[in-house]
Amino acid sequence: MKNKKSSAPQEAETRPSRCPDNSAFKQQKLPAWKPQLTAASVLSTFFLTGAFCLSVGVSLIVAAKSVREIQVDYSDKCSHCSKLRENSSNWNSECLCSINITLAEDMLGDVFMYYGLQNFYQNHRRYALSRSDEQLLGRNVDVQNSYCAPFATYQNGTPMAPCGAIANSMFNDTIDLFYNFNSSVIQVPLLKTGNSWWTDKNVKFRNPESHNLSAAFAGTARPPYWHKAVYLLDEEDEKNNGYINDDFIIWMRVSAFATFRNLYRRISRKGQFTDGLPAGNYTFHISYNFPVSKFKGKKYVILSTMVWSGGSNPFLGIAYLGASQWIVQLVFILRSQW
Amino acid sequence: MERCAARGAPEEERRVRANAREYNEKFQYASNCIKTSKYNIVTFLPVNLFEQFQEVANTYFLFLLILQLIPQISSLSWFTTIVPLVLVLTITAVKDATDDYFRHKSDNQVNNRQSQVLIGGVLRQEQWMNVRVGDIIKLENNQFVAADLLLLCSSEPHGLCYVETAELDGETNMKVRQATPVTSELADISTLARFDGEVICEPPNNKLDKFGGTLYWKENKFPLSNQNMLLRGCVLRNTEWCFGLVVFAGPDTKLMQNSGRTKFKRTSIDRLMNTLVLWIFGFLVCMGVILAIGNAIWEHEVGVCFQIYLPWDEGVHSAVFSGFLSFWSYIIILNTVVPISLYVSVEVIRLGHSYFINWDKKMYCAKRRTPAEARTTTLNEELGQVEYIFSDKTGTLTQNIMVFSKCSVNGHSYGDVQDVLGHNVELGERPEPVDFSFNPLADPGFQFWDPSLLEAVQLGDPHVHEFFRLLSLCHTVMSEEKSEGELYYKAQSPDEGALVTAARNFGFVFRSRTPKTITVHELGRAITYQLLAILDFNNIRKRMSVIVRSPEGKIRLYCKGADTILLERLHPSNQDLTNVTTDHLNEYAGEGLRTLVLACKDLEESYYEDWAERLRRASGAPEAREDRLARLYDEVERDMTLLGATAIEDKLQQGVPETIAILTLANIKIWVLTGDKQAPGSPCAETAVNIGYSCKMLTDDMTEVFVVTGHTVLEVREELRKAREKMMDGSRSMGNGFSYQEKLSSSKLTSVLEAIAGEYALVINGHSLAHALEADMEVEFLETACACKAVICCRVTPLQKAQVVELVKKYKKAVTLAIGDGANDVSMIKTAHIGVGISGQEGIQAVLASDYSFSQFKFLQRLLLVHGRWSYLRMCKFLCYFFYKNFAFTMVHFWFGFFCGFSAQTVYDQYFITLYNIVYTSLPVLAMGVFDQDVPEQRSMEYPKLYEPGQLNLLFNKREFFICIAQGIYTSVLMFFIPYGVFADATRDDGAQLADYQSFAVTVATSLVIVVSVQIGLDTGFWTAINHFFIWGSLAAYFAILFAMHSDGLFQMFPNQFRFVGNAQNTLAQPTVWLTIALTTVVCIMPVVAFRFLKLDLKPELSDTVRYTQLVRKKQKPQHRCARRGGCGGGSRRSGYAFSHQEGFGELIMSGKNMRLSSLALSGFTARPGAAWIETLRRKKGGESSPDTAAKG
Repeated sequence: MKNKKSSAPQEAETRPSRCPDNSAFKQQKLPAWKPQLTAASVLSTFFLTGAFCLSVGVSLIVAAKSVREIQVDYSDKCSHCSKLRENSSNWNSECLCSINITLAEDMLGDVFMYYGLQNFYQNHRRYALSRSDEQLLGRNVDVQNSYCAPFATYQNGTPMAPCGAIANSMFNDTIDLFYNFNSSVIQVPLLKTGNSWWTDKNVKFRNPESHNLSAAFAGTARPPYWHKAVYLLDEEDEKNNGYINDDFIIWMRVSAFATFRNLYRRISRKGQFTDGLPAGNYTFHISYNFPVSKFKGKKYVILSTMVWSGGSNPFLGIAYLGASQWIVQLVFILRSQW
Repeated sequence: MERCAARGAPEEERRVRANAREYNEKFQYASNCIKTSKYNIVTFLPVNLFEQFQEVANTYFLFLLILQLIPQISSLSWFTTIVPLVLVLTITAVKDATDDYFRHKSDNQVNNRQSQVLIGGVLRQEQWMNVRVGDIIKLENNQFVAADLLLLCSSEPHGLCYVETAELDGETNMKVRQATPVTSELADISTLARFDGEVICEPPNNKLDKFGGTLYWKENKFPLSNQNMLLRGCVLRNTEWCFGLVVFAGPDTKLMQNSGRTKFKRTSIDRLMNTLVLWIFGFLVCMGVILAIGNAIWEHEVGVCFQIYLPWDEGVHSAVFSGFLSFWSYIIILNTVVPISLYVSVEVIRLGHSYFINWDKKMYCAKRRTPAEARTTTLNEELGQVEYIFSDKTGTLTQNIMVFSKCSVNGHSYGDVQDVLGHNVELGERPEPVDFSFNPLADPGFQFWDPSLLEAVQLGDPHVHEFFRLLSLCHTVMSEEKSEGELYYKAQSPDEGALVTAARNFGFVFRSRTPKTITVHELGRAITYQLLAILDFNNIRKRMSVIVRSPEGKIRLYCKGADTILLERLHPSNQDLTNVTTDHLNEYAGEGLRTLVLACKDLEESYYEDWAERLRRASGAPEAREDRLARLYDEVERDMTLLGATAIEDKLQQGVPETIAILTLANIKIWVLTGDKQAPGSPCAETAVNIGYSCKMLTDDMTEVFVVTGHTVLEVREELRKAREKMMDGSRSMGNGFSYQEKLSSSKLTSVLEAIAGEYALVINGHSLAHALEADMEVEFLETACACKAVICCRVTPLQKAQVVELVKKYKKAVTLAIGDGANDVSMIKTAHIGVGISGQEGIQAVLASDYSFSQFKFLQRLLLVHGRWSYLRMCKFLCYFFYKNFAFTMVHFWFGFFCGFSAQTVYDQYFITLYNIVYTSLPVLAMGVFDQDVPEQRSMEYPKLYEPGQLNLLFNKREFFICIAQGIYTSVLMFFIPYGVFADATRDDGAQLADYQSFAVTVATSLVIVVSVQIGLDTGFWTAINHFFIWGSLAAYFAILFAMHSDGLFQMFPNQFRFVGNAQNTLAQPTVWLTIALTTVVCIMPVVAFRFLKLDLKPELSDTVRYTQLVRKKQKPQHRCARRGGCGGGSRRSGYAFSHQEGFGELIMSGKNMRLSSLALSGFTARPGAAWIETLRRKKGGESSPDTAAKG
């Protein structure tokens, strides 16, 4: 009897715990959207996508067509310099080279000057790794422990500043552009700052703190391939010297592919060049320092204007047109089956 | 901590001396402490880690981690591997720890149970774990036996005691154990404390039904057998108390020896997954080799020249060595094709599905208050692939409750449910049951629907009276009257119980019996019959009789038995009645009822005296006793008068026929394997066939039911061959017929023999099965059986059950499911791919061995068709997507290799690589894997054919896998080459360079995340709020993390780690980048949409059709095939008498051995006036027995 009495409330207690809750979640009855591929939705999606691709493709191609670009392979044209640089013992001897070009049309708007490199594997894992961002942030670091090797220190222990293979191999040609106007030669004014990302210039790269730049880099040595120390990169402009030199920053932003172009200078739009580069004859004066023939590379100098989609880039537009073409074909296949 | 001592060396024999702890300690027997847990706090970490690293996947990732620590080849930071690895190990460890915690808890609970131990002459309460071998312990009624005991003495006479062994073997009937005569006298504590007998016995083993040993006491030897043992796990019943000597304790007990570690089951998807992972690994090595060769060539051709800017690492002196290093580097960065999170995600999904099973209200049995339980969480998707179900019968298909359903008395059939107009009504709209309130002794649980039978009783129809008199007299049921009018019957077989209960309710109440009398209340009058003889049941006779002397002095023989036997033994004058009754019998049998024929015969006093004398002599005869008795029985059971026939319904579990019908429609083959506990040789086939009919496995539409009963190899082979020939003939003659066509179209994949026309069924009994399972015949048997729609194997031993399952597993390569409730099903439950236990009943062995448990067979359809189907679908979709996304992710590195000098440069930021699989893309696919539904659950019941893709393994197989990885590779190609094309000579809109490595990485990563998110959106067919949250959340998380990782703050803190500073805002501000991402997404996704739509349009799956045609609401009700079939020849008479009946009980009753005088006297009802048997006994002592009318009011 006692047993019965005591078990009765217990039963009442255990009952709710044994029986599963009747919640939508536990009974898998959550409200849900059940999308279905219907002919109408699929075909309209395809149609809209096709239209989108077509319009984007057309506008991209139109934009790309309006870009004026000129590209010169100067490693070929300056073959004497290429030869000279092939022998590394001549590293200190200067080699100048001039290349004439003719612009058939005006290059209106902002004109950008690039140097291009071919077959230069900036994206090689060991190359891309060979840097010390901490050092470039102006911090005092022991580069021996970084990935900079073998361009970390000299044998006597002096650390390289900046260290690493990337910095060491920095592109060090200088290119000047001259406009041959009515037999007079006018140097085209070029802007060497403002070419890099704001974050790079202001966050990622900082010079070591000191009263002056050369003191900041005291106790370090320039990388072996460099002609001058890092604090001499731009002696005219304090804000473009040391690690925050634009050319250096741009070089340090390694490229994704072995063939690439880096922004070198912008045409300063003043005087005759307010609207860009007028048509006519120009001469590049190149101080040829950077050896490329050794690794079967090529060097280019490129002048280009810019539109909303960047420079001359036909690929994306063509790809969009191709995609729209393809989608239309898919629609036809679907329609014929349906 | 370690309370349970470790075991010593295996022993040869066991010596146990009672009451001598010091002596027994010499042998270092295991104590009664049980430990099923694996770890404790100290050992958990090392042991668990050791176990986890035994998994190939984990070791592989550890190996990768070590590779990454080698600077020359480390292409990725170590944390890209260690973060996921630690995550995976932690999740698994937490799961193991919780499991072990519950094991600790249950161990503690068991170990701390109390028992009374005789120590130093007094009884002391001790915890179970402190019980030692050699102790004498006292058990009381309804207590669990603490260890394996030698029964010394008990409260019952002759040292008898009753135990229930449900936990051991699942049998719910009580078993008798008896102490050896010498010890049964030791009834008080002081003598027991002095008992110093020594037991020498076999070492611990797992044979539940065998024990061999000897008791040495007072210089005498006494043999011991299993009859003297009380095993751990039993419950003492109907016995006031008993004392036992602990022989085996703790882990040595037979119960624990039997609970071997369950074999770890793997699903076919698991196995496929492992194969695929191996293939992927091979693929990985191939890619590594290609890229390594590429690297060697590149270094040889290009790298050598490039050395001025990038000299080779120290120690690398040749291009070949560089290639070798780059091989390992690529193995590291390409390892994400075998994602570490795969296994853990699969586990999480399965766990989710298991919870859905546990939570399912529709699989909760309110009556037994048991929800369904997924005891194994690793098998869910296999539930969607089941092809063969092996079901136990008793307790699974049937309730093991027999119900008196119909009867035929004197040519009149009673029991049809009729409405007012006298028409038979359909099931479900039953009228009120017959009111038995006139009878105070009626069993309220009994229901009968035909009032005309009661009318016949009340009108005094002599035939009907005689019919019920027989039922109340001719049986071996024991009665117990706990209080006045509260009668309990203890029947050996439920059939008998049902018959006696029926007689009770119709006014012929069997009240009590003594060895020589039976007291029956006939319509309120107590009449005591003198029981002269019980002609007991056996399997050859298939009948039993009693000979009684009525108070008037008339001697009568009442007989009930199988129709086949009894109808031949009737007096020829019964011919007309026999014909009518036979018709009724056929009708009953057609409904799946178990029939019995009743007959009686008056005996002359003189004839009886003579016969009884001969019987006495025969039973005293030393040899050939059985034969002589049989002959005497045979002689007297002749020329009987037919009284009628009974039909007992073996109550099916709820919804069994419907479930079977639906599962059959789902193309699942159901084999019933019944094992009966009784002696061999009885016509079990008949009862099994009965059940087959009643649960719609067998139908009268079937072309033929083959019954294989051969006793020799040759006979069985011949019978199987004939069956096959018939099936082939049948299909040839019907080859062009409609049914053949239909078959072909409905299931293309069946083999020739399986595509035969017509429906056949095979019934095979245990003997024949033993031969059929022999090595040279098993294939023949399997082919024959698989060609049949239904297979019933009866009288199958537990081992044979497992063998049958094993046979199908071996040759059919199909997923098997075994369902059962008893200990005899354990072997098959463990053998089958999936074992299901019926819970909520007494025995828990089956449940403990099972992977899933619920309380009703009918839940099986929900488990398979809803949960199993969804699980399979979800798992397949999950795996497809998972492999796709990882190939799309990883293969980009491969393409990039050709452009970066095979230097093992990664395309993405290392944080992206770390987080891609565990943050950016894990939750949406997990949500899909847990919540996705293609069709609502009702539809999968309405269209059982929806189950077929799982059986045919259509949703995830090698072909699907290749499609997935092809899609992944296609995506990776576009993912790399479109940005490559764009970036190759593009510049930003501000003139700066666009094609820097970091911008490229961000662009590719972003488009990858967007493409795989769109893809998961396409794959998700059931967008719950959670899916929305995860998909949008993952995208948001990607951008949030991206911007955080590229933020100034992090860079200032760790400049060398977060070098992507400012990249996100600079790159993602470019229209070109977004146009690139958009184009990549469009070209990656559009073909998939087109392909899916075309597939949907041209080759729709049934599920697609169901999804679309929501209008189709016509429910496919399981067809109630007409159970009644007029005169058609198929109706064979099936008798069920033999079913669960055991020989020997008649003798036990006559000897009075099982009449429990003492315990009843003690049971506290002594004040009760109507302890009928005592009355009777007293009267008997007084000499003459007389009709007792004053016994009760």
